[in-house]
Amino acid sequence: MAEKKNSLFVELTKGVIKENPTLVMLLGMCPTLAVTTQAMNGIGMGLATTFVLLGSNIVISALRKVIPDKVRIPAFIVIIASFVTLIGFLLEGFVPSLYDSLGIYLTLITVNCIIFGRAEMFASKNNVIASAFDAIGMGIGFTLALFIMGSIREIIGAGQWMGMDIPVIHSNPMLLFIMPAGGFFTLGCIIAAVNKLKNKKPPLEIECGGCEGCPMADKCGSKEADK
Amino acid sequence: MKVLAVILLSAMLTDNFVLSKFMGICPFLGVSKKIDSATGMGVAVTFVMLCATCVTYPIHHLILVPNGLEYFDTVVFILVIALFVQLVETAMKKTIPSLYKALGVYLPLITTNCAVLGVTVLNIDNNYSFLQSLVNALGGGLGFMLSLVIFSGVRRKMEYADIPETFKGVPATLIAASIVSVSFMGFSGLFS
Repeated sequence: MAEKKNSLFVELTKGVIKENPTLVMLLGMCPTLAVTTQAMNGIGMGLATTFVLLGSNIVISALRKVIPDKVRIPAFIVIIASFVTLIGFLLEGFVPSLYDSLGIYLTLITVNCIIFGRAEMFASKNNVIASAFDAIGMGIGFTLALFIMGSIREIIGAGQWMGMDIPVIHSNPMLLFIMPAGGFFTLGCIIAAVNKLKNKKPPLEIECGGCEGCPMADKCGSKEADK
Repeated sequence: MKVLAVILLSAMLTDNFVLSKFMGICPFLGVSKKIDSATGMGVAVTFVMLCATCVTYPIHHLILVPNGLEYFDTVVFILVIALFVQLVETAMKKTIPSLYKALGVYLPLITTNCAVLGVTVLNIDNNYSFLQSLVNALGGGLGFMLSLVIFSGVRRKMEYADIPETFKGVPATLIAASIVSVSFMGFSGLFS
């Protein structure tokens, strides 16, 4: 059925833009703020979370008729925590540098509201395939948001981007941006920009509007980030 | 004694869980509208943190480590926390129903509060002794409460501010949080 295929596509894309978990639904703030001092960490965190989200969404939707309603929360938590342990081992074994830089926040994926929220809102009500697509979409949206945020903070705060030096900014970076305070500030600006776009017209691409409406727009490095 | 004081104060001020480690942002943004509910949430989180540390520390050192099962840490810890949150919720419903109503949806969310799981995992990672772990949990909880209460004061003032349309709501709150976070940076270097 063409219609069915279409709805799967909707499940996949809604997480990226319309229901972007971080920027629109405001879930999973802790990792968003904590690990985005570098763009690379943002991507790593995003992918690790996507993996856990995919695994837990598939298992939970497969077991949704088996798990009694009363104990569903502990059951969900155990499933999620198992996948977090798994990705912890995988990262430690294959990408130890990323494992070190994510540190405790890797364990804290367990309590990321996005994963629990999707389990409760989507996976416990829909079939396995739809849940898997939903997880991939949400994961991409989360990774994208973290990547944008990490890029902005790394470029302004450290004058670097993915290991490259950015001219001019590199010689006198605004250190505040890679400190905790800069995290709150950057996220505030990005959400304001998304709000602005949302009120006017449905946003086509979040990246393009990343800095509009932000007072730092002309100094902000998101244009470099988009390349 | 000096070590304990340093752990307590650094968990409260220099390494504040909310403002410098970014743990527990959801309740920080959600429950900080009124001072009353901010205090209630802070007390509930501190209590759960202490209880969770009390239980997870012996579990890790007496059960999991001797059997070589440290990798079960995350699963076991989060279950213990979920249990305690349920306990606090039931107790609060019976004893202080008004506070229970005010905290509403955020109470079950303590389970998914990174700060609680964070403190138990950090205690293990830092090789703290039992007493040090408890002090760290207490400091973390008090620091959480402190930042929530301070921030609820900031937000009350913000209600009267003339904020540009686009920045209304969450963006303005986040930027205010960033300024509060800058003020906490003043504590850094207190114990070096």
